[in-house]
Amino acid sequence: MALIGVIGAGVMGVGVAQNLAQTGHDVVLVDKDEQILKEALETIARNARMSRLMGGPALDADEILSRITTSVGVGGAAEAEVVIENVTENWEVKRAVHEELDKVCGPDTVFVVNTSAIPITKMASITQRPDKVVGVHFMNPVPAKPACELIPGFHTSTETVERTRDLLKAMGKKAIDVKDACGFVSNRVLMLTVNEAAYLVHEGVATAESVDEVFRSCFGHPMGPLETADLIGVDTILYSVEVLYEHYADSKYRPCPLLKQMTDAGLHGRKSGRGFYTYN
Amino acid sequence: MSNTAQGQILDFVRGRFPQAELDAAQDIFALGFVNSLFAMELVMFVEKTFGVTIPNDELRIDNFRTADSMAELVDRLARVAA
Repeated sequence: MALIGVIGAGVMGVGVAQNLAQTGHDVVLVDKDEQILKEALETIARNARMSRLMGGPALDADEILSRITTSVGVGGAAEAEVVIENVTENWEVKRAVHEELDKVCGPDTVFVVNTSAIPITKMASITQRPDKVVGVHFMNPVPAKPACELIPGFHTSTETVERTRDLLKAMGKKAIDVKDACGFVSNRVLMLTVNEAAYLVHEGVATAESVDEVFRSCFGHPMGPLETADLIGVDTILYSVEVLYEHYADSKYRPCPLLKQMTDAGLHGRKSGRGFYTYN
Repeated sequence: MSNTAQGQILDFVRGRFPQAELDAAQDIFALGFVNSLFAMELVMFVEKTFGVTIPNDELRIDNFRTADSMAELVDRLARVAA
């Protein structure tokens, strides 16, 4: 089985590495920090243990971990046929990683950019292999989500897209084709929905409870937009809306003042104990 | 705070979902409240609060559907340990 490089051992990288290993792939998990890699393996073991409880398959944590090696620095991914990059959603950080990968990896290695925001064409432009760079927007938690967005850049070859689609299929994922545009489909629609829901609370049209109740009870969504905002992080939502606003220079993406105020006030959602709702 | 295992578990779940009205017999999986993050929190809460280690073959949805079923699991594990 071909070696897959997973770059970045944060939440997304850990999920991608686990998903690959539990579907029989050999993985090298790369980060710049030894301690983060150690914690990543512990998280994967814990997640594997939890799999059945989430309605997933019964997983053998030892078997999964036996397929994952770790490496400090991207040199460990030199032999990989495909690398999936999951570092911080920040252009400068991603740029530096892709420049390094481009030097280290063989000319045929496909670079998958896991992002919800960074344009794939722009990312590909800093490598010498724009035909082999493709975007995939994985959803969190990766092993539990049945689908993802697959985003070719301007120069991405059909072969690269199909190789990536095959890999995603082997991971148990349906790839949904989306063109390269800031926010793709998921964030364009979700962030506007959350932003508009925040406006409704801001204007006093409805309480957060009522907004979410409409989505849960009338539309059958498992969660309303403001519960979702608390889960993702109110600050992250604001940041994402601001990215769309700046990118498209379109006033329909203007961030709701309530999101700004909540972010300034430290009401970041579940992770801070309070957002649109209060958590113990 | 409640003193019974069932009450403590229910307080924990209510704390995470303050907008819902829950009782000890309600199936939180059927209500769609349990995502992987919350499932992990739930298992860690039960293990830490009651000083038990839940064996892998007990990490089944049926043991975690309701505050009642989780309290039963805690009781069963405590007996095995005793």
